[in-house]
Amino acid sequence: MALPKYTEPHYRIWHYVYLTICTAVFFFLVAPLFVIFPLSFNAEEFLVFSDGMKRLDPDAFSLRWYQDMIYGTKNPWGLAAKNSFIIAIFATIGSVILGTVAALGLSSRHMPYKGLIMAVLISPMIVPLIISGVAIFFFMAKVGLAATHTGIVLAHIILGTPFVVITVTATLSGFDHSVTRAAASLGSDPVNTFMKITLPLILPGVISGGLFAFVTSFDEVVVVLFLAGLENTTIPIQMWTGLREQLSPTILAVATCLIILSTLILVTAELLRRRSERLRGINR
Amino acid sequence: MSSETKQILTTDGIPLEVSLKKAEKKNKIKAFLLVAPLLLFIIITYVFPIGDMLMRSVDDKMVTEMLPKTFKSMEKWDGQELPPEEVFEAFYFDFQKLIEEEREGKLSTQLNYTKNGFKSIIKKLRRKSKSFEEGNYKEQIMSVHRRWADVEYWRAIKRRAPAYTYQKYLKGIDMYENEKGDIINVPEDRRVHRILWMRTLEIAFFVTVFCFLMAYPIAHLLATLPMKYSNLLMICVLLPFWTSLLVRTASWMILLQQQGIVNDFFVMIGLVSDDNRLEMMFNKTGSYVAMTQILLPFMVLPLYSVMKTISPSLMRAGKSLGGTPFVAFWKVYFPLTIPGIGAGCLLVFILAIGYYITPALVGGASGTLISNQIAFHMKSTLDWSFASAMGLMLLSGVLVIYWLYNKLVGIDNIKLG
Repeated sequence: MALPKYTEPHYRIWHYVYLTICTAVFFFLVAPLFVIFPLSFNAEEFLVFSDGMKRLDPDAFSLRWYQDMIYGTKNPWGLAAKNSFIIAIFATIGSVILGTVAALGLSSRHMPYKGLIMAVLISPMIVPLIISGVAIFFFMAKVGLAATHTGIVLAHIILGTPFVVITVTATLSGFDHSVTRAAASLGSDPVNTFMKITLPLILPGVISGGLFAFVTSFDEVVVVLFLAGLENTTIPIQMWTGLREQLSPTILAVATCLIILSTLILVTAELLRRRSERLRGINR
Repeated sequence: MSSETKQILTTDGIPLEVSLKKAEKKNKIKAFLLVAPLLLFIIITYVFPIGDMLMRSVDDKMVTEMLPKTFKSMEKWDGQELPPEEVFEAFYFDFQKLIEEEREGKLSTQLNYTKNGFKSIIKKLRRKSKSFEEGNYKEQIMSVHRRWADVEYWRAIKRRAPAYTYQKYLKGIDMYENEKGDIINVPEDRRVHRILWMRTLEIAFFVTVFCFLMAYPIAHLLATLPMKYSNLLMICVLLPFWTSLLVRTASWMILLQQQGIVNDFFVMIGLVSDDNRLEMMFNKTGSYVAMTQILLPFMVLPLYSVMKTISPSLMRAGKSLGGTPFVAFWKVYFPLTIPGIGAGCLLVFILAIGYYITPALVGGASGTLISNQIAFHMKSTLDWSFASAMGLMLLSGVLVIYWLYNKLVGIDNIKLG
């Protein structure tokens, strides 16, 4: 943002102050994430930069915590990762199907009580997680699904669907309904029309909703804390226990892997968003 | 006139109006059927369980069911003097039944909640009642312990007769109902919950303010920079947004610890001495710093999406009409961003008020919030009805803000990413 030549000095100063503030805020946002990265390669057991690390001495760095994460004895991370992925994948599939179908209905202009229903469907995103956790725990205990994968998957579907509903209704808001009518007039039945016409057009929205649902499930800890038994431990639960008891560098190794995973998801989501905007003709 | 105009008919001979209405209705049902699966799922697994929490929070059937005969005979007793013989008799039979079922311990715990001193006298009654003779139970029970002859204790029993109670809610705001039925505050030194509510509001409020102050300039920068740069900077906002909450909390635990980098920096620039490092974790500071950073993207994104729609020519117009840049900003730009400010602030406030994980990890004893108290009662004291009551009090607060948000912003206008 270059300033015009005629800018008066005090506005010039103010402009640089403004840029400095912005830089500081961006630093505040991102820098904490980058602390984890080097420390996870620490050769020592302490969570501070050792003198060797400050001198960039190669001996001060090691992969031992990554080894510990993967091969460590009595190590919970393998089971936790397996559980986390299984739960997140099934929760995503469930959320995407239920959420997309509901979004189709919600974006129809014939939908009665739209506002009220939308408010109910979005509520799991707004209600504090601790309350959701307590309520869902009571329900799952009553139907005998506490401490089962099924119970956790169902809970995560509840928490994930609002994201799918929001992203898919947003995508559908720019959707030209005459194409589905055209398909119908050419003799296509509604299911066929959906699969061949609607779905490909709204796919970016569906996938980005799915990514939200996946991340929500993969990162969710409050509800799982109430629901999970020993068999259903997940990565967030292990991290939570680890952070509460003792902050070990192994956790940082896991955290680094999670940051890489979230970067991948972020890039995918961004590419999808831009594609979707291009498709909808919104070029900002 | 209109009644005489010829009705328009469709090819089937049905009036067009009727036919249209029919089609409309069919479309309505179709749309509703699409939403129905998710709606039912959410109602059964989510809305009803929250209703169940409400039931639990006011449920007080336990004692009601343990002493059915007693409460029935107490209906006629006015509570002024000692109850008549029939109440004592009914109590004796209820009590014998409880002993058979080995539930008298539960009764004593429950009654002890209402009035201290029941535990020992119920134990004593249990021992003595084995040798009771038939008839004149009033005398026999009263002779077990002098408290049984005290009308206060019988009033305490009577207070447990209703199957529903709002005691848990009173407890949530540090109040209780005394023997006479007056609602009074608990002693000053035992008012823990009010402090927690106030602290929760305070932290949520200041976190919202900090987030706003930090988000406004960068949202403005993102909205005014050319696409090429703003896309790159947007990653800085979105990366923390997509990163695991626990990872971000872990990084703050590393940064804020006493030997951590922030303290190192302060020592380096000479702000504090090496042996006098600041304690920034396990207290309020920890909660403030970590929560602000974690919730910041939720403020930036709504602000950005509003600022993006404001045409830069408005500011130029303001300036060309003689306003200084600051006046132009304050009179033109700022009012236009108010919808974004409202959305962002409400969103951050809602999220902050129910925060659990971060305060539990970096907040210590002085930085925990109401959510932590709810979790404590769910997991440690197992007083689930109290946890439910606290949860619903929190929920009602959040729902008010949610309603406000819906009024101001509209639920379907929430934008993600």
